[in-house]
Amino acid sequence: MPTNLLTLLPEIILTVTGVLVMLAEPMIAPGKSRKPLGWLAILGTLASGLAAFYQLQLVNASGPISGFYATIQVDAFSVFFHLLISSIVLVTLLASLDYFEGPVSHAGEYFALACFGATGMMFMTCSVELLMVFIGLEISSISTYILAGFRKGQATASESSLKYFLLGSFATAFFLYGIALCFGATGSTSIGAIAASLGTTATPALALLAIAMVVIGLGFKVSAAPFHVWTPDVYQGAPAPVVGMMSTAPKAAAFAVLLRFLFNAAPMYRNHWIVLIEILAVLSMTIGNLGALMQRDVKRLLAYSSIAHAGYLLVAFTSIQQDAVAAACFYTAAYAAMNVGAFLVITQLSGYDEQARTIDDFTGMALKRPGLSALLGFFLLSLIGIPFTGGFFGKFYAFSGAIHNGHVVLAIIGLANSGVACFYYLRLLAALYARPVREDATLLSPRKLAIPAGIAIAASAVATLALGIMPNHVLNLVQRATPETLPAFSVAPAVSTLPPAAPTEMTR
Amino acid sequence: MQTALFIIFGLLAVLGALNLLFQRHPINSALSLIVVMMSLAVLYWSLGAEFLAAAQVIVYSGAIMVLFVFVIMLLNAGEEERTHGSQIAYIAGIPGAAAIFCLLTFVFLSEKKQLGTTQLGGYLTSAVSNITEISHTLFTSLLLPFEVTSILILVAILGAVVLARKEL
Repeated sequence: MPTNLLTLLPEIILTVTGVLVMLAEPMIAPGKSRKPLGWLAILGTLASGLAAFYQLQLVNASGPISGFYATIQVDAFSVFFHLLISSIVLVTLLASLDYFEGPVSHAGEYFALACFGATGMMFMTCSVELLMVFIGLEISSISTYILAGFRKGQATASESSLKYFLLGSFATAFFLYGIALCFGATGSTSIGAIAASLGTTATPALALLAIAMVVIGLGFKVSAAPFHVWTPDVYQGAPAPVVGMMSTAPKAAAFAVLLRFLFNAAPMYRNHWIVLIEILAVLSMTIGNLGALMQRDVKRLLAYSSIAHAGYLLVAFTSIQQDAVAAACFYTAAYAAMNVGAFLVITQLSGYDEQARTIDDFTGMALKRPGLSALLGFFLLSLIGIPFTGGFFGKFYAFSGAIHNGHVVLAIIGLANSGVACFYYLRLLAALYARPVREDATLLSPRKLAIPAGIAIAASAVATLALGIMPNHVLNLVQRATPETLPAFSVAPAVSTLPPAAPTEMTR
Repeated sequence: MQTALFIIFGLLAVLGALNLLFQRHPINSALSLIVVMMSLAVLYWSLGAEFLAAAQVIVYSGAIMVLFVFVIMLLNAGEEERTHGSQIAYIAGIPGAAAIFCLLTFVFLSEKKQLGTTQLGGYLTSAVSNITEISHTLFTSLLLPFEVTSILILVAILGAVVLARKEL
């Protein structure tokens, strides 16, 4: 197979799947179930995941593969994010199969947009050319803007879509301006060339401004405070399975770009951008957690919690170079597993019309839906960071990395915030198991859990649990990803200070 | 010459953009946007990017803006209503915009010596054709972004279909 084709195999498969779904859509009579299209999209996502896995074997054998005039670089780092994104989209599609079933279903476009969105996110993670990153970012953003407004009946859906679109475009402008200034300072938009000429650039102030602009643009996309204002409104109005996807997959891709840009293109400005990252991390953790304390709506609560988690993730960036990438990647995976899981359970509990919205609506849910409530409880515990869940090791690596590099105050602020976070997660958890049970006609006859959605929720739960009791597999992959992201540092002894998860050895 | 052109059309672009914001009728805003686009085209041309200038005129002024104006006329959109809903836009927005403007001005002025000056026609000499350079870049080092833009457009079309169709 030609190298160029090989480097883009997962993206090509997903694009073709999206096009096929669109072509097959008009062939299904109006009023008929759109499920076959969903299965086609699921098959395509699965195939792209396998293609990413195949790429991993090649990367293992012969090192990073570069293609298309060095705009694309396939390495362990990009493969890790490809696998993560394809699993998130796969699980979301499985859970959405029955969500959009109705008399007049337009789910065909939904499945196609999910595939295209995933393509954009994958392009973001494997590009080493900022223009290509920008196009990937736009593909992923536009798909998610549309997906956010998919429940057209609701007023909140239109609000959600429009707000996301306006603020997202605003953020994209910052990112693009950053790229332009970067070109002005270094004469290139390729990450490798930027890294080579940034050290000797005659215009350091311009370069700093460029880095700040790129960080601001990506800060919007990962909803780090103070660029978070859109998050609660958008999450409240968007369909629950879409929120599960868009609070994890585009964020993972944006974090991947941020990691590549900061650690690969701009390592010589580390002392400068680390201050910026610290400010963002402290603000995100504090505003996110304090905001969540005041929420009664469960989706808004989880939106604020996702802002706080972006803050924890940014703490990982302050570790020493070798650890930062590994810790951040691990946190992304753990956060994706538990957050997607939580939103999928909420999808099942509240349904398409979202009869159960506030914490009061969820009171006593455990008596009616014991299994789902227990799983939601498990995901909430993981979001708190209880041991034996993925959330624990995510936070552990992020904070221990920061402490090893001397950012003790930052880690203390993070830990204090985790304490605050316990309160609102546990309040929701306690409500699930509390009395009085809401006697509501619609809630008394719960919908049956469909098998695909059940598989999706179970997969998220297993992933959260697996990351919590044997994190070493994923940690090994992300630690291998580090040298490729840090070519400038591969000469330095890549001794990692991340402890390789002692509990695994003990449980064996 | 270069400086004079830049000052005239740069100012025109900024004034057009401000007018776009302050006008209350959509048609006036759309027409102001055309002024911005045309001024930008002149700036590109003065920097030696004739191809980009021509593309700017054809694509933005010729195609996109005409469509804008058509849509506004078809919808018969009237004067917008002021809601006074968002105080925070004034409290945070105006100082924020001013701060970004000052920061950019400061950086460009402090790097003035290194950035140097340019004359009319930019850095390209007559030996190098602008179009050759652009097409060479577009079909070698930037081939993939150029091709993948088609997916972006496809997603945009799909989005328009989803947003425009009847109730779910």
